[in-house]
Amino acid sequence: MRRFSQACISTTPGGNFQMIESDVFVQAMQDMGVNFFTGVPDSILGGVIAELMNRRLYTPAVREDEAVGMAAGAYMAGKTPAVLMQNSGLGTSLNTLMSLNMIYKQPCILIVSWRGQEGKDAPEHLVMGEVMPQLLDTVKIPHRTLTEKTAVDDFRWVAQTFMQQQIPVALLITKGVVKGLHP
Amino acid sequence: MRPEQGTLISRAQAMAALLELLTDQPVIICNGFPSREAHKIVDRPTHFYMIGSMGNAPAIALGVALAKPNKRVITFDGDGNVLMGMGTLATVGALKPKNFIHVVFDNEVYGTTGNQPTISNVVPLEKVAKAAGYVNVERVLDRDDLVYEFKDMLKKDGPSMLLIKVNEFVEDAGRVLHDPPDITRRFMKAIV
Repeated sequence: MRRFSQACISTTPGGNFQMIESDVFVQAMQDMGVNFFTGVPDSILGGVIAELMNRRLYTPAVREDEAVGMAAGAYMAGKTPAVLMQNSGLGTSLNTLMSLNMIYKQPCILIVSWRGQEGKDAPEHLVMGEVMPQLLDTVKIPHRTLTEKTAVDDFRWVAQTFMQQQIPVALLITKGVVKGLHP
Repeated sequence: MRPEQGTLISRAQAMAALLELLTDQPVIICNGFPSREAHKIVDRPTHFYMIGSMGNAPAIALGVALAKPNKRVITFDGDGNVLMGMGTLATVGALKPKNFIHVVFDNEVYGTTGNQPTISNVVPLEKVAKAAGYVNVERVLDRDDLVYEFKDMLKKDGPSMLLIKVNEFVEDAGRVLHDPPDITRRFMKAIV
């Protein structure tokens, strides 16, 4: 299986920066022990979700709060869960994260695509895109933004934080860091 | 007076009848009075009492059911809760977990906040569940029927929904005394 190394990071057609392959991303999650994946799709996460579906690991949800609830149930039944969502889904799932996960000490890895980062996206993403890091700080959800250069450390941080604090942690995925469906 | 009123038992009476039929199955109980009443009737470590995240009880139960396919997983839910998380009926109907039993105590009000009406008097939730893909759905009005149907659902492949029309009576039950992290820990230990 392919893991993080120079061999698994591809160069974009533009040639200037590199991307993490979806299968390497999924393998890193599995290596971390994650064995229950649910969520609601986003284009940035399209490649990862396709890979999860190939590996028959993905249970689709219809809303992000439902996904967070399913992940909590799976956690209590012995699984290590991850929830994939667009950052708009953070708004939808905020009450569940705060009145279930935070209160009951139920950890969960949130893989959140950062739409509207730096104001470059469709209008509906701009407000959330601008305030998301502050929003996560306010609700005390630890977060880190994945980059191709720091990927190994980023995953190590997620694994450690999630185990120690027993609450949701968010790994933010910006556009072009993980390979999508359309290279 | 609503047409079905007058023949109904209370939620606590219905719940007590169901809990008598259960032993060590995981039961996820929605927020508000249902959790308090279940806790008062019988406090088992296999009970996951919710205090928040309204609408998410069946989602949590679904997560447990998918991760523990050999255990029969039950969720005690209310009409206001189902209406809030109605999408989960579709997720359950699509995934079809055989070990999933969804009990809905339907009193047509948001009881915990002062009996404001829901819309379940005009929206038959068990029909929504059936249309979404639940395999067995039953709507019952009295104790004999609910015991008969619940016993049957415990034997059958699901997903199943048992909708019990109940009156608005609320049992005098205090808040659940366990700390939420303790509820998580003991539930996890009990359902291993």
